[in-house]
Amino acid sequence: MSGHEQFAEDLALLALGSLGGDERLALEKHLRECAACRRELESLRGDMALLSFSTGGPKPPARSRERLMAAIAREPRGSAAPAKRWWMLAPSLAVAALMLVIVLLMKQNSALRQQVARMDYDAAAQHVELRRAREVVSTLTASDAMRVTLVAAKTPPQPQGKAIYVRDRSNLIFIASNMPAAPPEKAYELWLIPASGAPIPAGVFKPDAHGSATVVNPPLPGGVEAKAFAITIEPEAGSATPTMPIVMVGAGE
Amino acid sequence: MSPTEPRAGLSDAALVAAIRSGTESAVAELYDRYSAVVYSVSLRVLGDTGAAEDVLQEVFLQLWRNPDLFDSSRGNLAPWLAVIARNRSIDVLRKRRPESDVEGVLLPVEPDMAGDADRAMAMTKVRTVLGGMPEAQRSALEMAYFEGLSHSEISEKTGEPLGTVKTRIRSGLLTLRKAFET
Repeated sequence: MSGHEQFAEDLALLALGSLGGDERLALEKHLRECAACRRELESLRGDMALLSFSTGGPKPPARSRERLMAAIAREPRGSAAPAKRWWMLAPSLAVAALMLVIVLLMKQNSALRQQVARMDYDAAAQHVELRRAREVVSTLTASDAMRVTLVAAKTPPQPQGKAIYVRDRSNLIFIASNMPAAPPEKAYELWLIPASGAPIPAGVFKPDAHGSATVVNPPLPGGVEAKAFAITIEPEAGSATPTMPIVMVGAGE
Repeated sequence: MSPTEPRAGLSDAALVAAIRSGTESAVAELYDRYSAVVYSVSLRVLGDTGAAEDVLQEVFLQLWRNPDLFDSSRGNLAPWLAVIARNRSIDVLRKRRPESDVEGVLLPVEPDMAGDADRAMAMTKVRTVLGGMPEAQRSALEMAYFEGLSHSEISEKTGEPLGTVKTRIRSGLLTLRKAFET
């Protein structure tokens, strides 16, 4: 406080709320510029607070506690009235809050628009991809599709099967052509021959009148490494194990 | 409303935090700790039990409504509540609208008064220090604090020069400070 002695006594009065008039205005002006005096004012307020503990009267009556708790129960958190010294500022605070809300909403709206645009784009791209996939599958499996197997010239048509297998997705598409009709009450059964272990049933089929047949995504266990695919003739319901002989077979490239 | 009951022995800061989350029983706990101090100050200023009860209610309701007004990092709750009660009581005494700046009440009071024993010790010490002051100095302090008189009003009432009143008040506060520093 050295160098500020002219304010020392006034600081004590200000702490007590006992300073008024020009002296108060002059001190408040000084306080705006002097951190040391602001700290001293805080200390003096602390000293002043100690005076409160010089009192020692009767305790408040029990009804005061009941009255307080009843009043609090009527004011659950969230419905509390704002401090009285704030309410006069309510209109300007409301306008400021409204402006803030508007700005935030505009920003949020812009972000949402961008998000919707991205989702629209993604959805459109997925739609195109899905349409292409459906076209491929419907072409492969269409009953009225013309299936032509090209072979070397002057070679008589031979039964032929093409298996396309994606191990990681357990997807399998099998297309056969020039197949002779299966014997009565029999059908062809496709087998996945794993790198190790027993053959796995991969779908039962009967060729159509043109000798064509397809098998699309039969139920298969996940992630099986295929060494080859084979076809046997089985009862129409299919078999758990292949019945010899193998009528067609092909190994992976 | 959270029905959570605060555990006995929680610090003032923890109880204020519980109030912040809407725990009514935390107010009850703080009321049990500090209502006597708040009521005593109000009664000393107002000299009327009914009016003192009103201020007591108002102070704790204010804590319930705006617990953020109390900054536990800047001081203890007991003197803060006492000063709020003193300021509000003087407003009532002077029949004026509440004008005390609650947010501006920062009280770097060192002694911890959360415990009954701590408060009792602080009370004894304050009374001892005041009792040891010259009558005119103690009286000037009490007129300023409990009656809310300005230094010029005190000067008029006592017939003493303004400068003397100022000096007595400041040196009285510094004497209190010194007593709690040792």
